[in-house]
Amino acid sequence: MAKKKTIRTIPQERTPMREQPAAVRVKNFSEVACGFTLEDALREAERCLLCPEQPCVEGCPVGIDIPGFIQKISQKDFRGAYDVLTDTNLLPAICGRVCPQENQCEGVCVVGDTLEPVAVGRLERWVGDRAIAEGWANIPYIEPVPYRIGIVGSGPAGMACAADMAKAGCDVTVYEAFHLPGGVLRYGIPDFRLPNEVIDAEIGKLKQLGVKFECNTLVGRLFTIEQMIDELGFHAVFVGTGAGYPTMLGIPGDSLNGVLSANELLTRCNLMGAKEFPNYDTPLPLGQRVTVVGAGNTAMDAMRVCKRLGAEKVYCVYRRSRAEAPARAEEVHHAEEEGIEFHWLTNPVEVLDDGKGGVRGMRCMRMELGEPDDSGRRRPVAVAGSEHDIETDLVVFAIGTNANPIMGQTSSLKLNKRGYIEADDKFATSVAGVYAGGDIVTGAATVIEAMGAGRQAARSMKAYLGIRDVDQPYAIEGRGSSNRMFGIDLAERNFARIRAA
Amino acid sequence: MSNFEIVAREDFSDVTYLLEVSHPLMAKAARPGQFVIVMSHEHGERIPLTIADFDRAKGTITLVIQAVGKTTKEMQQECVVGTSLYGVTGPMGIPSHFDKVKKVACVGGGLGVAPIFPHARAFKEAGAYVIGIVGFRTQDLMFWEDKFKAVCDEFIVCTDDGSAGIKGNVTLGIKRAIRLHPDLNEVVAIGPPIMMKGCAEATREHKIKTMVSLNPLMVDGTGMCGGCRVKIGNQVKFACVDGPDFDGHQVDFDDLMTRLRRFTTQERTAVERWSENCRMTNPLKTLAVRAKRPEEEAFPDPFDEVAGG
Repeated sequence: MAKKKTIRTIPQERTPMREQPAAVRVKNFSEVACGFTLEDALREAERCLLCPEQPCVEGCPVGIDIPGFIQKISQKDFRGAYDVLTDTNLLPAICGRVCPQENQCEGVCVVGDTLEPVAVGRLERWVGDRAIAEGWANIPYIEPVPYRIGIVGSGPAGMACAADMAKAGCDVTVYEAFHLPGGVLRYGIPDFRLPNEVIDAEIGKLKQLGVKFECNTLVGRLFTIEQMIDELGFHAVFVGTGAGYPTMLGIPGDSLNGVLSANELLTRCNLMGAKEFPNYDTPLPLGQRVTVVGAGNTAMDAMRVCKRLGAEKVYCVYRRSRAEAPARAEEVHHAEEEGIEFHWLTNPVEVLDDGKGGVRGMRCMRMELGEPDDSGRRRPVAVAGSEHDIETDLVVFAIGTNANPIMGQTSSLKLNKRGYIEADDKFATSVAGVYAGGDIVTGAATVIEAMGAGRQAARSMKAYLGIRDVDQPYAIEGRGSSNRMFGIDLAERNFARIRAA
Repeated sequence: MSNFEIVAREDFSDVTYLLEVSHPLMAKAARPGQFVIVMSHEHGERIPLTIADFDRAKGTITLVIQAVGKTTKEMQQECVVGTSLYGVTGPMGIPSHFDKVKKVACVGGGLGVAPIFPHARAFKEAGAYVIGIVGFRTQDLMFWEDKFKAVCDEFIVCTDDGSAGIKGNVTLGIKRAIRLHPDLNEVVAIGPPIMMKGCAEATREHKIKTMVSLNPLMVDGTGMCGGCRVKIGNQVKFACVDGPDFDGHQVDFDDLMTRLRRFTTQERTAVERWSENCRMTNPLKTLAVRAKRPEEEAFPDPFDEVAGG
């Protein structure tokens, strides 16, 4: 290295990413953020100080060697950057797009103490997209082991677990209840945030690893978890079925025809192609004035979808203030740019009937913030006499989900009192050989957390089956292929013992 | 899972048809009261259909479908023996319970006649005295009389025009059964919502347990979208994972019927557009169908389609 980089010598401004202008993008479903160019990526990579502390690696739920891959970009070894990324994360094009980096790697970046943090997510996405464009795939030499693994759910947790088990040599089958694999990546996250081609490309890589996908299969009802172990010959099973079961607010009028869950709206639009009705057969409820209740990422997605479907006005109604909104700052910002009207500190109390089974409006109360509640956020309290009506013809609830009951109904898996599957810190459930992770264990969380859970569960499954585990992310020291000898991780205990002998 | 081949087809009338689909795993897993979600092609919608019968030995499931919407009309034309459906997922929903019932009336109206059959058979196998009550508009639309007679101790037919059995709807059949059998323990009713509502009202004063099978609009069928929510007493339930069987005396049928009309406008657009395309590609066939059914002028309610299965 020529000279040591310091906070003064690196490019001071975070490299902006080109975006479709708001006025254009509200009329299409193409991706909003266009990604870095080569020059952008090289410039941004220069901003990483390659500091010895590497807090970003700790901040990443799967422990990606972030300085490692950024350094490879700086060295213009793009394939090398991809290799470093895929050591720990099989799906960089997805994670680079949907991870809440500001709370993870970028949130703890040393550069961020003084300037804006290094745009780790954008760089990761750039490498991932380049890999798709160039057709790169890291298919390691796989030594087959005589074990069959069943994975229930093809979302991020299932995909991550499937990849690790396939790399360990297992025969992996992923079951999906929908007709297309991808889980929440497919039905939930809209195209303008995560294009379907990216999901297809990443699933293609799993297939190259030998993972089989079986769609149209509702595990629990077509066959049970117990049957998978006893009759279908699976040696271990991973359950990553997601949270499901959307919450309705339970206010008068919430069964009216103009009221639906964000899950339903997004599934109709993203998975079923309803945005192209009648070329696709699935219809979509169209609203001229749409009100979305909630301010999480799902709510932002729902609002922006409605805007693109042609709604004149889209309102966000949230009972707390902007500071407490759970959505990523970038998403709220994008939504504001696209003309979404935010009604902070507003709580719906009734959906008003138009007399024909539809919606004519929503009655709301103004709120003010009181003392902090259990979540540490200030509890909203209704202001007396502040009832007012919002004129709206479509109400979308994006206020969270409960546990999906199917696994509980059909298996002997122990559930916690909220109905989620109980799993220990090794992701093992109450049934031997059955592991679980992602939203069905923790309740609604993020894509990368689900992937992290899937990988940790894979590690436990390998231990359960007695498969030698040489995976990288679990050895904190000695990350990256440079610290490997003949494919054996130097940090691995067995190896150390042989060396000592 | 893929390649869901249609191995048999039977047409009961110009709007009602039966498809037998090869799916050995499903045939093994299916229990009476459950349903499947069918997608006929890649751009299709996911429609819930009650499993009308299953044959574990042959490895098939049977669906009885009424052609009222775009998807079901298209399937009527295109689903012939040897073709395959794009997707069949299930069996979904909580299976019905059959134990501890001594005397039961199994009531099917219109398209609900098909899915009530496995109930009648299961009750018979569980040792109950089974009274089958089926209702049709007219004698010509009747089907499966022999199958029912084989598993029912008594079999009552009701037709709207009186061309067979009792003249009137199935509630008259229920009233007769209650009169003749004061010890009737349970009534199970499947059919259009208005018919199930009538059945629940007919038994309410007699305090006879009445189970109905609800079939609201659905997308995923796995509890994920909440589109199929129904009001049961004071609670909101999802028919796909909490049902589809519910206590008929608790169900808010008016709410159900309103919700079934959610997409009437879009459904009409889809049918009109589809008929238009058909006329262009296959004029004779469409004209013949048109000529036969002049009453089609009035667009049927979308819930006719999902009414019984």
